[in-house]
Amino acid sequence: MPLLVCRDLVMSYAGKTALSGVSFEVAEGDYFCIVGENGSGKSTLLKGLLGLKRPDAGEISYAPGIRREGIGYLPQQTDVQKNFPASVMEVVLSGCLNNGGWRPFYTRRDKERAMENLRRLEIADLKNACYRELSGGQQQRVLLARALCAAGRLLLLDEPLVGLDPLVSAGLYRLLMKLNRENGLTIIMISHDVQSVVKQADKILHMHTKPLFYGTAEEYRQSELGRRFLGGAVDA
Amino acid sequence: MLDFLVELFSYGFIVRALLVGTFVSLCSALLGVSLVLKRYSMIGDGLSHVGFGALAVAAVLGWAPLAVAIPVVMLAAFLLLRLSDASRIKGDAAIGLLSASALAAGVMLISVTKGMNTDLLNYMFGSILAMQSSDVWLSTLLSVAVLLLYVIFYNRLFAVTFDENFARAGGIDTGFYKALLAFLTALTVVLGMRMMGALLISSLIIFPALTAMRLCRTYRSVIICASVLAVLCFWSGLILSYLYETPTGATVVLINLLFFCLFSLLSLLRRRKRSHSLSE
Repeated sequence: MPLLVCRDLVMSYAGKTALSGVSFEVAEGDYFCIVGENGSGKSTLLKGLLGLKRPDAGEISYAPGIRREGIGYLPQQTDVQKNFPASVMEVVLSGCLNNGGWRPFYTRRDKERAMENLRRLEIADLKNACYRELSGGQQQRVLLARALCAAGRLLLLDEPLVGLDPLVSAGLYRLLMKLNRENGLTIIMISHDVQSVVKQADKILHMHTKPLFYGTAEEYRQSELGRRFLGGAVDA
Repeated sequence: MLDFLVELFSYGFIVRALLVGTFVSLCSALLGVSLVLKRYSMIGDGLSHVGFGALAVAAVLGWAPLAVAIPVVMLAAFLLLRLSDASRIKGDAAIGLLSASALAAGVMLISVTKGMNTDLLNYMFGSILAMQSSDVWLSTLLSVAVLLLYVIFYNRLFAVTFDENFARAGGIDTGFYKALLAFLTALTVVLGMRMMGALLISSLIIFPALTAMRLCRTYRSVIICASVLAVLCFWSGLILSYLYETPTGATVVLINLLFFCLFSLLSLLRRRKRSHSLSE
């Protein structure tokens, strides 16, 4: 039984059809990447998966046991956040609220969970640092730790590597790979960095309002579309 | 010094002003942190002008001022949120539109029926004599309610302020918390505006938060620092305004400005020092 099934999805954004005819499945433990240019409907699809936007037609169904609140989400950074006075711990703990029901305060278990995720992302020493004083890559790790606090089995990432330098990106890719392979976390990632994504992901969905390609990363490399987007670098 | 304090507290109006003012400063400092960070700080300004209009109507009709102003301002808060969320008029413009209209309507109403008089001046710039004993109970009760709600929802308000999309994806009803913020702000503004003045009350919301953010590096320390600053500024403003017979609202605002400049300077010095130690 797949973790997530999308069937004949149609969604619109600002009155226009943003995507149509999208069908795919994500199995437990998959590393699934959605690629495409700006305006190809990736972000709208993501909003649909998170339940922030309702599809016009088609269906999105999760396996029983996956609650919408149990999805770890890594959104794109906003301007508000870049100058936000908060400690790393405060930010990461806020990920625990999603599982907290109506309790007003954090429990000791929440705090342990936050610490554990900071360690997993190798930023435990930044616990008391000020979020706005961190580098872009460190901030992204903090937000990833927050997402992990919320995540049961599924992680949803929206362009996690935008604006990061190659070395920092490589570090984050390595971490994601580790979370996927060693911890068995299912990852769905949106990206326009096709080159790097193909090396990481198991499955690729290439969107341009309609799905242009859907299959394994290997098949994508062999396909006409994949070759066009990956350029000559495929055989190297 | 002791004699002076005994003299000060022998006046009923001073005690009332101190009590209500302390609560209002505390509430507005707490709410202000979220409002400033979410770029909603002008909501306080807009609401105070609407409150002025409502007070004018109440004065003309001879009704109890708070009973008219509280529901009207709450309605305005709800409207402002809706306007900035879902219309082609952007948030700041919508607030400007509403607040100028309400202020104009209030001034018009009072000057036509009563002529330009001290009432008008008092509403606009506040008066230390404005608090009656019936107001004190209501103000205290409502302020305590605001403080309690704030503490209970502290973590969730943080989450919604820091990252609305993440909070919403995690099943937190962000619309509810935004509405809560607006309603609590509306309450606080109405409670404080007769003492601070319709034109100056929004400074209680904006100043302590901004000042605290110059130096504090965690959310909790910003909250605590802003609260302490707000109360401190209010007390010293009240005492100075009593001593030198200056308008209370304006005195409090200027003391807030003083602290803001001081904290900005300190933050500048700290940054200098850090970049200096980095370059070595």
